[in-house]
Amino acid sequence: MATTTTATTTKLWGGGKSPFNVEYGKLMMWYFLMSDAFTFGAFLISYGTIRFSTNGWPDPNEVFKSFPFAPEGVNAPLVFVSIMTFILIISSVTMVLAVHAGHNMDKKGVVKNLIWTIIGGLAFLGCQAWEWTHLHHEGAWWGSNPFLNADGTASSTNFTNYFFTITGFHGFHVFSGVIINIVMLIMTLMDKFEQRGHYLMIEKAGLYWHFVDLVWVFVFTCFYLV
Amino acid sequence: MSHTVGHEETHGGGTGEIKKVTIILSVLTIIELVLGFWMIGMESEGLRLAIKGAIIILMLAKAFYIVGYFMHLKHEIKNLIMTIVVPLALFIWFIIAFLSDGNSFRNLRNTYDPYFKEQSTIKVEKKEHGGSHGAAAGAHADTTQHETKEAVETKH
Repeated sequence: MATTTTATTTKLWGGGKSPFNVEYGKLMMWYFLMSDAFTFGAFLISYGTIRFSTNGWPDPNEVFKSFPFAPEGVNAPLVFVSIMTFILIISSVTMVLAVHAGHNMDKKGVVKNLIWTIIGGLAFLGCQAWEWTHLHHEGAWWGSNPFLNADGTASSTNFTNYFFTITGFHGFHVFSGVIINIVMLIMTLMDKFEQRGHYLMIEKAGLYWHFVDLVWVFVFTCFYLV
Repeated sequence: MSHTVGHEETHGGGTGEIKKVTIILSVLTIIELVLGFWMIGMESEGLRLAIKGAIIILMLAKAFYIVGYFMHLKHEIKNLIMTIVVPLALFIWFIIAFLSDGNSFRNLRNTYDPYFKEQSTIKVEKKEHGGSHGAAAGAHADTTQHETKEAVETKH
Protein backbone atom coordinates (compact mmCIF):
# COMPACT_ATOMS: atom_id res chain seq x y z
CA MET A 1 0.00 0.00 0.00
CA ALA A 2 2.98 2.28 0.46
CA THR A 3 3.20 3.07 -3.22
CA THR A 4 -0.45 3.90 -3.51
CA THR A 5 -1.04 6.56 -0.89
CA THR A 6 0.54 9.34 -2.93
CA ALA A 7 -2.51 10.12 -5.04
CA THR A 8 -2.15 13.00 -7.39
CA THR A 9 -4.87 15.63 -7.75
CA THR A 10 -6.41 15.83 -11.21
CA LYS A 11 -8.91 18.09 -12.90
CA LEU A 12 -11.28 15.18 -13.31
CA TRP A 13 -11.73 13.81 -9.82
CA GLY A 14 -14.14 16.03 -7.89
CA GLY A 15 -13.11 14.73 -4.51
CA GLY A 16 -9.77 16.47 -4.67
CA LYS A 17 -7.93 13.20 -4.21
CA SER A 18 -7.83 10.21 -6.51
CA PRO A 19 -8.40 7.34 -4.10
CA PHE A 20 -7.81 4.61 -6.64
CA ASN A 21 -5.01 6.37 -8.47
CA VAL A 22 -6.89 6.02 -11.75
CA GLU A 23 -8.50 8.57 -13.95
CA TYR A 24 -12.20 9.31 -13.39
CA GLY A 25 -13.28 8.00 -16.80
CA LYS A 26 -11.40 4.75 -16.33
CA LEU A 27 -12.97 4.14 -12.94
CA MET A 28 -16.41 4.78 -14.38
CA MET A 29 -15.64 2.37 -17.23
CA TRP A 30 -14.84 -0.26 -14.60
CA TYR A 31 -18.15 0.39 -12.86
CA PHE A 32 -20.00 0.17 -16.14
CA LEU A 33 -18.28 -3.10 -16.97
CA MET A 34 -19.17 -4.46 -13.56
CA SER A 35 -22.84 -3.68 -14.15
CA ASP A 36 -22.55 -5.23 -17.61
CA ALA A 37 -21.01 -8.31 -16.04
CA PHE A 38 -24.14 -8.63 -13.93
CA THR A 39 -26.31 -8.37 -17.03
CA PHE A 40 -24.45 -11.15 -18.80
CA GLY A 41 -24.20 -13.12 -15.60
CA ALA A 42 -27.96 -12.93 -15.18
CA PHE A 43 -28.45 -14.14 -18.76
CA LEU A 44 -26.07 -17.05 -18.37
CA ILE A 45 -27.35 -18.10 -14.95
CA SER A 46 -30.92 -17.98 -16.26
CA TYR A 47 -29.79 -20.19 -19.15
CA GLY A 48 -28.18 -22.58 -16.68
CA THR A 49 -31.29 -22.66 -14.51
CA ILE A 50 -33.52 -23.55 -17.45
CA ARG A 51 -31.05 -26.16 -18.58
CA PHE A 52 -30.98 -27.72 -15.12
CA SER A 53 -34.79 -27.76 -14.97
CA THR A 54 -35.08 -29.71 -18.26
CA ASN A 55 -34.50 -33.40 -18.75
CA GLY A 56 -32.82 -33.22 -22.15
CA TRP A 57 -30.78 -30.67 -24.04
CA PRO A 58 -29.42 -30.56 -27.61
CA ASP A 59 -25.84 -31.68 -28.12
CA PRO A 60 -23.77 -28.63 -29.18
CA ASN A 61 -21.56 -30.88 -31.29
CA GLU A 62 -24.63 -31.83 -33.33
CA VAL A 63 -25.97 -28.28 -33.63
CA PHE A 64 -22.75 -26.40 -34.38
CA LYS A 65 -21.05 -28.84 -36.69
CA SER A 66 -21.04 -26.91 -39.96
CA PHE A 67 -18.36 -24.81 -41.55
CA PRO A 68 -18.53 -22.08 -44.24
CA PHE A 69 -18.07 -23.26 -47.84
CA ALA A 70 -17.99 -26.85 -46.65
CA PRO A 71 -20.38 -29.30 -48.33
CA GLU A 72 -23.81 -29.85 -46.79
CA GLY A 73 -23.78 -32.36 -43.95
CA VAL A 74 -20.13 -31.84 -43.06
CA ASN A 75 -19.31 -32.93 -39.51
CA ALA A 76 -16.86 -30.42 -38.03
CA PRO A 77 -17.94 -29.72 -34.47
CA LEU A 78 -16.08 -27.00 -32.54
CA VAL A 79 -13.91 -26.06 -35.51
CA PHE A 80 -15.69 -22.88 -36.57
CA VAL A 81 -16.29 -21.63 -33.05
CA SER A 82 -12.65 -22.18 -32.11
CA ILE A 83 -11.65 -19.96 -35.02
CA MET A 84 -14.06 -17.31 -33.70
CA THR A 85 -12.52 -17.65 -30.24
CA PHE A 86 -8.99 -17.22 -31.51
CA ILE A 87 -9.99 -14.20 -33.61
CA LEU A 88 -11.30 -12.52 -30.48
CA ILE A 89 -8.27 -13.45 -28.35
CA ILE A 90 -5.87 -12.14 -31.00
CA SER A 91 -7.86 -8.91 -31.35
CA SER A 92 -7.66 -8.55 -27.57
CA VAL A 93 -3.88 -8.91 -27.78
CA THR A 94 -3.60 -6.25 -30.48
CA MET A 95 -5.74 -4.00 -28.29
CA VAL A 96 -3.30 -4.45 -25.38
CA LEU A 97 -0.49 -3.59 -27.76
CA ALA A 98 -2.36 -0.45 -28.83
CA VAL A 99 -2.78 0.60 -25.19
CA HIS A 100 0.88 -0.16 -24.60
CA ALA A 101 1.92 1.93 -27.60
CA GLY A 102 -0.30 4.71 -26.25
CA HIS A 103 1.63 4.67 -22.97
CA ASN A 104 4.83 5.22 -24.92
CA MET A 105 3.19 8.02 -26.97
CA ASP A 106 3.82 5.93 -30.08
CA LYS A 107 1.13 7.13 -32.48
CA LYS A 108 2.12 4.79 -35.32
CA GLY A 109 1.93 1.78 -33.00
CA VAL A 110 -1.50 2.83 -31.74
CA VAL A 111 -2.84 3.27 -35.28
CA LYS A 112 -1.43 -0.05 -36.49
CA ASN A 113 -2.73 -2.08 -33.56
CA LEU A 114 -6.11 -0.36 -33.52
CA ILE A 115 -6.57 -1.22 -37.20
CA TRP A 116 -5.76 -4.87 -36.45
CA THR A 117 -8.21 -4.84 -33.55
CA ILE A 118 -10.96 -3.41 -35.76
CA ILE A 119 -10.24 -6.02 -38.42
CA GLY A 120 -10.44 -8.75 -35.78
CA GLY A 121 -13.74 -7.40 -34.50
CA LEU A 122 -15.21 -7.24 -37.99
CA ALA A 123 -13.98 -10.77 -38.72
CA PHE A 124 -15.69 -12.03 -35.57
CA LEU A 125 -18.92 -10.26 -36.50
CA GLY A 126 -18.68 -11.78 -39.98
CA CYS A 127 -18.30 -15.26 -38.48
CA GLN A 128 -21.26 -14.72 -36.22
CA ALA A 129 -23.37 -13.38 -39.08
CA TRP A 130 -22.57 -16.52 -41.07
CA GLU A 131 -23.41 -18.79 -38.16
CA TRP A 132 -26.72 -17.07 -37.46
CA THR A 133 -27.66 -17.20 -41.16
CA HIS A 134 -26.75 -20.87 -41.33
CA LEU A 135 -28.78 -21.73 -38.21
CA HIS A 136 -31.70 -19.69 -39.50
CA HIS A 137 -31.66 -21.70 -42.74
CA GLU A 138 -31.78 -24.87 -40.68
CA GLY A 139 -34.96 -23.53 -39.10
CA ALA A 140 -33.53 -22.27 -35.83
CA TRP A 141 -34.65 -18.89 -34.59
CA TRP A 142 -36.32 -17.35 -31.56
CA GLY A 143 -39.34 -19.56 -30.96
CA SER A 144 -38.36 -22.38 -33.28
CA ASN A 145 -35.95 -25.18 -32.62
CA PRO A 146 -35.35 -27.81 -35.31
CA PHE A 147 -32.81 -29.73 -33.20
CA LEU A 148 -33.47 -32.74 -31.01
CA ASN A 149 -32.12 -33.39 -27.57
CA ALA A 150 -28.91 -35.38 -27.31
CA ASP A 151 -30.95 -38.47 -26.32
CA GLY A 152 -33.26 -38.16 -29.34
CA THR A 153 -36.27 -36.72 -27.50
CA ALA A 154 -38.11 -33.57 -28.51
CA SER A 155 -36.37 -30.36 -27.53
CA SER A 156 -37.99 -27.14 -26.41
CA THR A 157 -37.37 -23.72 -27.91
CA ASN A 158 -35.50 -22.65 -24.77
CA PHE A 159 -32.27 -23.73 -26.43
CA THR A 160 -32.56 -21.46 -29.47
CA ASN A 161 -34.13 -18.61 -27.49
CA TYR A 162 -31.19 -18.47 -25.12
CA PHE A 163 -28.63 -19.05 -27.83
CA PHE A 164 -29.83 -16.21 -30.03
CA THR A 165 -30.50 -13.82 -27.15
CA ILE A 166 -27.13 -14.25 -25.47
CA THR A 167 -24.92 -14.49 -28.56
CA GLY A 168 -26.94 -11.62 -30.03
CA PHE A 169 -26.38 -9.49 -26.96
CA HIS A 170 -22.69 -10.33 -27.07
CA GLY A 171 -22.53 -9.66 -30.81
CA PHE A 172 -24.09 -6.26 -30.20
CA HIS A 173 -21.33 -5.55 -27.69
CA VAL A 174 -18.72 -6.56 -30.26
CA PHE A 175 -20.42 -4.27 -32.76
CA SER A 176 -20.39 -1.29 -30.40
CA GLY A 177 -16.78 -2.11 -29.46
CA VAL A 178 -15.80 -1.95 -33.13
CA ILE A 179 -17.57 1.43 -33.44
CA ILE A 180 -15.73 2.71 -30.35
CA ASN A 181 -12.42 1.49 -31.76
CA ILE A 182 -13.12 3.19 -35.08
CA VAL A 183 -13.82 6.44 -33.21
CA MET A 184 -10.55 5.97 -31.31
CA LEU A 185 -8.71 5.39 -34.58
CA ILE A 186 -10.14 8.57 -36.12
CA MET A 187 -9.27 10.55 -32.98
CA THR A 188 -5.72 9.18 -33.06
CA LEU A 189 -5.34 10.05 -36.73
CA MET A 190 -6.62 13.57 -35.99
CA ASP A 191 -3.84 13.89 -33.35
CA LYS A 192 -6.40 14.48 -30.58
CA PHE A 193 -4.40 12.43 -28.09
CA GLU A 194 -1.09 14.00 -29.08
CA GLN A 195 -2.63 17.37 -28.26
CA ARG A 196 -3.94 16.09 -24.92
CA GLY A 197 -0.56 14.69 -24.09
CA HIS A 198 -1.84 11.22 -23.24
CA TYR A 199 -3.62 8.23 -24.75
CA LEU A 200 -5.77 7.35 -21.74
CA MET A 201 -8.88 7.24 -23.93
CA ILE A 202 -7.44 4.21 -25.74
CA GLU A 203 -7.18 2.50 -22.37
CA LYS A 204 -10.89 2.94 -21.68
CA ALA A 205 -11.78 1.62 -25.12
CA GLY A 206 -9.36 -1.20 -24.43
CA LEU A 207 -11.11 -2.10 -21.17
CA TYR A 208 -14.41 -2.35 -23.04
CA TRP A 209 -12.88 -4.46 -25.77
CA HIS A 210 -11.29 -6.89 -23.31
CA PHE A 211 -14.60 -7.20 -21.53
CA VAL A 212 -16.18 -8.27 -24.82
CA ASP A 213 -13.49 -10.93 -25.11
CA LEU A 214 -14.07 -11.93 -21.49
CA VAL A 215 -17.80 -12.41 -22.05
CA TRP A 216 -17.07 -14.54 -25.09
CA VAL A 217 -14.93 -16.85 -22.93
CA PHE A 218 -18.05 -17.52 -20.85
CA VAL A 219 -20.50 -17.69 -23.75
CA PHE A 220 -18.19 -20.02 -25.69
CA THR A 221 -17.87 -22.37 -22.71
CA CYS A 222 -21.55 -22.36 -21.77
CA PHE A 223 -22.99 -22.85 -25.25
CA TYR A 224 -20.40 -24.73 -27.26
CA LEU A 225 -18.33 -26.78 -24.82
CA VAL A 226 -20.37 -27.95 -21.82
CA MET B 1 -1.90 15.56 -13.72
CA SER B 2 -3.73 12.78 -15.42
CA HIS B 3 -0.69 12.17 -17.56
CA THR B 4 1.39 11.23 -14.55
CA VAL B 5 -1.46 9.06 -13.29
CA GLY B 6 -1.36 7.22 -16.59
CA HIS B 7 2.33 6.58 -16.24
CA GLU B 8 2.12 5.34 -12.70
CA GLU B 9 -0.29 2.67 -13.87
CA THR B 10 2.20 1.09 -16.21
CA HIS B 11 3.87 -0.82 -13.38
CA GLY B 12 4.33 -4.42 -14.29
CA GLY B 13 3.13 -4.05 -17.90
CA GLY B 14 5.41 -4.52 -20.83
CA THR B 15 5.50 -6.55 -24.01
CA GLY B 16 7.06 -9.52 -22.27
CA GLU B 17 4.03 -9.90 -20.05
CA ILE B 18 1.66 -9.44 -22.99
CA LYS B 19 3.42 -12.23 -24.88
CA LYS B 20 3.36 -14.50 -21.85
CA VAL B 21 -0.36 -13.97 -21.24
CA THR B 22 -1.14 -14.44 -24.94
CA ILE B 23 0.60 -17.80 -24.89
CA ILE B 24 -1.16 -18.80 -21.66
CA LEU B 25 -4.57 -17.87 -23.06
CA SER B 26 -3.93 -19.75 -26.30
CA VAL B 27 -2.72 -22.85 -24.48
CA LEU B 28 -5.74 -22.79 -22.13
CA THR B 29 -8.08 -22.45 -25.12
CA ILE B 30 -6.38 -25.33 -26.91
CA ILE B 31 -6.70 -27.53 -23.81
CA GLU B 32 -10.39 -26.61 -23.61
CA LEU B 33 -10.87 -27.56 -27.25
CA VAL B 34 -8.99 -30.83 -26.82
CA LEU B 35 -11.24 -31.69 -23.87
CA GLY B 36 -14.26 -30.66 -25.95
CA PHE B 37 -13.24 -32.96 -28.81
CA TRP B 38 -12.51 -35.78 -26.40
CA MET B 39 -16.01 -35.45 -24.98
CA ILE B 40 -17.72 -36.01 -28.36
CA GLY B 41 -19.54 -39.31 -28.34
CA MET B 42 -18.32 -40.20 -24.86
CA GLU B 43 -20.55 -42.66 -23.08
CA SER B 44 -19.51 -42.38 -19.43
CA GLU B 45 -21.68 -39.75 -17.79
CA GLY B 46 -19.35 -39.37 -14.81
CA LEU B 47 -16.28 -38.70 -16.95
CA ARG B 48 -18.25 -36.20 -19.04
CA LEU B 49 -19.18 -34.34 -15.89
CA ALA B 50 -15.56 -34.32 -14.72
CA ILE B 51 -14.40 -32.92 -18.08
CA LYS B 52 -17.09 -30.26 -17.95
CA GLY B 53 -15.83 -29.27 -14.51
CA ALA B 54 -12.27 -29.08 -15.83
CA ILE B 55 -13.42 -26.90 -18.74
CA ILE B 56 -15.16 -24.53 -16.32
CA ILE B 57 -12.00 -24.24 -14.21
CA LEU B 58 -10.00 -23.47 -17.37
CA MET B 59 -12.65 -20.87 -18.28
CA LEU B 60 -12.19 -19.16 -14.91
CA ALA B 61 -8.41 -19.23 -15.36
CA LYS B 62 -8.80 -17.53 -18.73
CA ALA B 63 -11.09 -14.93 -17.18
CA PHE B 64 -8.46 -14.29 -14.50
CA TYR B 65 -5.71 -13.72 -17.06
CA ILE B 66 -7.87 -11.43 -19.22
CA VAL B 67 -9.08 -9.30 -16.31
CA GLY B 68 -5.81 -9.37 -14.38
CA TYR B 69 -3.32 -8.68 -17.15
CA PHE B 70 -5.12 -7.47 -20.29
CA MET B 71 -7.47 -5.25 -18.32
CA HIS B 72 -4.59 -4.47 -16.01
CA LEU B 73 -6.59 -4.98 -12.82
CA LYS B 74 -3.82 -6.92 -11.15
CA HIS B 75 -1.56 -3.88 -11.30
CA GLU B 76 -4.14 -1.47 -9.86
CA ILE B 77 -4.45 -0.37 -6.25
CA LYS B 78 -5.85 -3.06 -4.00
CA ASN B 79 -8.84 -0.88 -3.08
CA LEU B 80 -9.86 -0.69 -6.73
CA ILE B 81 -9.45 -4.45 -7.13
CA MET B 82 -11.69 -5.01 -4.10
CA THR B 83 -14.29 -2.53 -5.36
CA ILE B 84 -14.61 -4.49 -8.58
CA VAL B 85 -14.15 -8.05 -7.39
CA VAL B 86 -16.06 -8.15 -4.09
CA PRO B 87 -19.49 -7.30 -5.60
CA LEU B 88 -18.92 -10.03 -8.18
CA ALA B 89 -18.75 -12.52 -5.32
CA LEU B 90 -22.54 -12.31 -5.37
CA PHE B 91 -22.32 -14.58 -8.41
CA ILE B 92 -21.21 -17.45 -6.18
CA TRP B 93 -24.53 -17.32 -4.41
CA PHE B 94 -26.47 -16.63 -7.61
CA ILE B 95 -25.06 -19.70 -9.32
CA ILE B 96 -25.60 -22.03 -6.38
CA ALA B 97 -29.11 -20.74 -5.64
CA PHE B 98 -30.45 -20.62 -9.18
CA LEU B 99 -28.95 -23.84 -10.47
CA SER B 100 -30.15 -25.82 -7.48
CA ASP B 101 -33.56 -24.18 -7.93
CA GLY B 102 -33.59 -25.33 -11.55
CA ASN B 103 -32.55 -28.81 -10.49
CA SER B 104 -35.25 -28.96 -7.84
CA PHE B 105 -37.86 -27.79 -10.35
CA ARG B 106 -36.87 -30.61 -12.70
CA ASN B 107 -37.16 -33.17 -9.89
CA LEU B 108 -40.58 -31.84 -8.90
CA ARG B 109 -41.82 -31.96 -12.47
CA ASN B 110 -40.50 -35.47 -12.97
CA THR B 111 -42.32 -36.53 -9.81
CA TYR B 112 -45.62 -34.73 -10.22
CA ASP B 113 -45.98 -34.04 -13.95
CA PRO B 114 -46.37 -37.34 -15.80
CA TYR B 115 -46.60 -35.58 -19.17
CA PHE B 116 -43.26 -33.88 -18.62
CA LYS B 117 -41.68 -37.15 -17.55
CA GLU B 118 -43.21 -39.05 -20.47
CA GLN B 119 -42.03 -36.49 -23.00
CA SER B 120 -38.43 -36.92 -21.98
CA THR B 121 -38.52 -40.66 -22.66
CA ILE B 122 -40.13 -40.65 -26.11
CA LYS B 123 -37.76 -40.49 -29.00
CA VAL B 124 -38.94 -38.42 -31.97
CA GLU B 125 -37.92 -38.40 -35.62
CA LYS B 126 -35.41 -35.81 -36.75
CA LYS B 127 -37.40 -33.03 -38.37
CA GLU B 128 -36.99 -32.19 -42.06
CA HIS B 129 -34.38 -29.61 -42.96
CA GLY B 130 -35.04 -26.49 -44.99
CA GLY B 131 -38.01 -25.23 -42.99
CA SER B 132 -36.42 -21.81 -42.71
CA HIS B 133 -39.55 -20.08 -41.50
CA GLY B 134 -40.69 -19.85 -37.95
CA ALA B 135 -44.22 -20.84 -38.91
CA ALA B 136 -43.12 -24.11 -40.51
CA ALA B 137 -40.94 -25.01 -37.56
CA GLY B 138 -43.76 -24.08 -35.22
CA ALA B 139 -46.06 -26.47 -37.05
CA HIS B 140 -43.46 -29.17 -36.66
CA ALA B 141 -43.31 -28.54 -32.96
CA ASP B 142 -47.11 -28.83 -32.80
CA THR B 143 -47.09 -32.21 -34.50
CA THR B 144 -44.43 -33.57 -32.18
CA GLN B 145 -46.41 -32.42 -29.22
CA HIS B 146 -49.50 -34.04 -30.68
CA GLU B 147 -47.68 -37.29 -31.30
CA THR B 148 -46.36 -37.33 -27.79
CA LYS B 149 -49.82 -36.75 -26.37
CA GLU B 150 -51.18 -39.67 -28.41
CA ALA B 151 -48.35 -41.81 -27.19
CA VAL B 152 -49.21 -40.92 -23.64
CA GLU B 153 -52.88 -41.76 -24.23
CA THR B 154 -52.12 -45.13 -25.79
CA LYS B 155 -49.98 -46.00 -22.83
CA HIS B 156 -52.80 -45.38 -20.41
